[in-house]
Amino acid sequence: MSVKKPAHPTLAYSFGKRRGASVLLDRLFTGLVWGTGIIVILFIVGLLFLLLEKGLPQLSWNFLYGLPSEIEEGGGIGPALFNSFYVLIISLIVSIPIGIAAGIYLAEFAPNNKLIEVVRICVEGLSSVPSIIFGLFGIALFVEFFEIGLTILGAAISLAFLNLPVLTRVTEESIRAVPVELRNASFALGSTHLQTIRRVLLPVAMNGIMTGICLTAGRAFGESAVIILTAGVSTSGEMWDFNLLSPGGTLAVHLWYVQSEAIVPDAQEIAQKTTAVLIIVALLINIVFRVPLWLNERKNKA
Amino acid sequence: MQPFIEMNKLNLYYGEFHALKDVSVQIPERAITAFIGPSGCGKSTLLRTLNRMNDRIPGARVEGRVAIGGIDIYSGEVHVESLRKKIGMVFQQPNPFPKSIYDNVAFGPKQHGIRGKKKLDELVEQSLRSAVLWDEVKDDLRRPALSLSGGQQQRLCIARALAVEPDILLMDEATSALDPISTFKIEELTHELKDRYTIVMVTHNMQQAARVSQQTVFFLNGEVIEHDATRQLFANPVDSRTQDYISGRFG
Repeated sequence: MSVKKPAHPTLAYSFGKRRGASVLLDRLFTGLVWGTGIIVILFIVGLLFLLLEKGLPQLSWNFLYGLPSEIEEGGGIGPALFNSFYVLIISLIVSIPIGIAAGIYLAEFAPNNKLIEVVRICVEGLSSVPSIIFGLFGIALFVEFFEIGLTILGAAISLAFLNLPVLTRVTEESIRAVPVELRNASFALGSTHLQTIRRVLLPVAMNGIMTGICLTAGRAFGESAVIILTAGVSTSGEMWDFNLLSPGGTLAVHLWYVQSEAIVPDAQEIAQKTTAVLIIVALLINIVFRVPLWLNERKNKA
Repeated sequence: MQPFIEMNKLNLYYGEFHALKDVSVQIPERAITAFIGPSGCGKSTLLRTLNRMNDRIPGARVEGRVAIGGIDIYSGEVHVESLRKKIGMVFQQPNPFPKSIYDNVAFGPKQHGIRGKKKLDELVEQSLRSAVLWDEVKDDLRRPALSLSGGQQQRLCIARALAVEPDILLMDEATSALDPISTFKIEELTHELKDRYTIVMVTHNMQQAARVSQQTVFFLNGEVIEHDATRQLFANPVDSRTQDYISGRFG
């Protein structure tokens, strides 16, 4: 939009015009950022659409609940879906307390010395180790040492190991990010260290910690390498099988299995539907963990 | 007046840095004592030795004696938590917790084991009234504390400190982040509180020290230069450095 110069002969004052490289660059940069943002959003939406397009309309309760079939059409994903949640929940039950405790230790109690520095570097390194390494570790521990075979328990604990470093780091960072003023306020009121951690540091850091838990839960839910190695590709073939020593093929593994090994005629279709389920559940996990935080934030933030 | 807080040859080191040098100050009960002096002179450090907040700073080392009510607070017999329960502190920046107004005030009492809604309700109301904030917030104590204005937040922090029923209130430049009207309200508030609490305040604002305090201590480079009744110190300073400082020649 161009503004016409008003003919004000009386106005001798002028702010001048700022032109030149800095203004141009600013416009260019703004355009670039907007453009990139729009492209990324379009890409994500498009990707979601492509992945959900074929599978989503065909989803049915029978498919979600049903037992898988090895030869005939119409098999479901019931046990695999159940295992996904079961393994996820057990791994979180193991990893969340340990990860948060380790994070609290590193943020609040660990002395500033070389040893702790090394520990920190190790934790950081471990959080980027390929997951298959944790799978191999799981085999060594559960299959070879404890000789319990391919089990849900082994998979869950191996997954917990996979997620521990990330949880530890995220917890440490989030607690360190709590403003020192709040810490001082709590101590000045005569709170003990434990009370300060429980009532001030953890609640304030919870947002960051929850982000970490969401990340690791999503990763655990979609993980396949660790599960294939420690829980196998098959399920016990029954619904609601809570036995920790059952084989524990999860949904992500099932997807891989159906795509590469299965001989059922509707493998393609099952894969599409499974993809849709995986994506929707991953989104749901995020929402489920986030909603309490949103509510809390609305209550406590200005 | 009977001294309530006594510091005797107090030395404090941050690592190699000698922050407080042979400080001996006596602070009377139920009065306002102001610490003045230029930045870095040790007045805030001294304030933090009174509730042992310096304990948390790595490398901080205290020598000498600090006694409150005749008890040496560094003797090892005093639990730091019970010490801080008796000594409220208000900081430079208002620092309410990201919780509701009610939960902020009830925080301290809860940590000290006070349970029961009725008792807590009473304490919250009483503390908010003492901090002259009750009328402004009584309609909705569930509001987030961070939705209050800066001055209200600071009075909330005072209420939060009063809720644990301390005897001493430490104010570390508690008005320096506030506008003049909020500052005035807090000064008025301290005036009312001084009949019930021993107040020690650190301030950069000499007019404030002159307006609200009964005793003033002037610090320079970690040393006490002059300590006298406020009126006396501002009207007839003995030391020429005090004279220079209060007349605005440096600092």
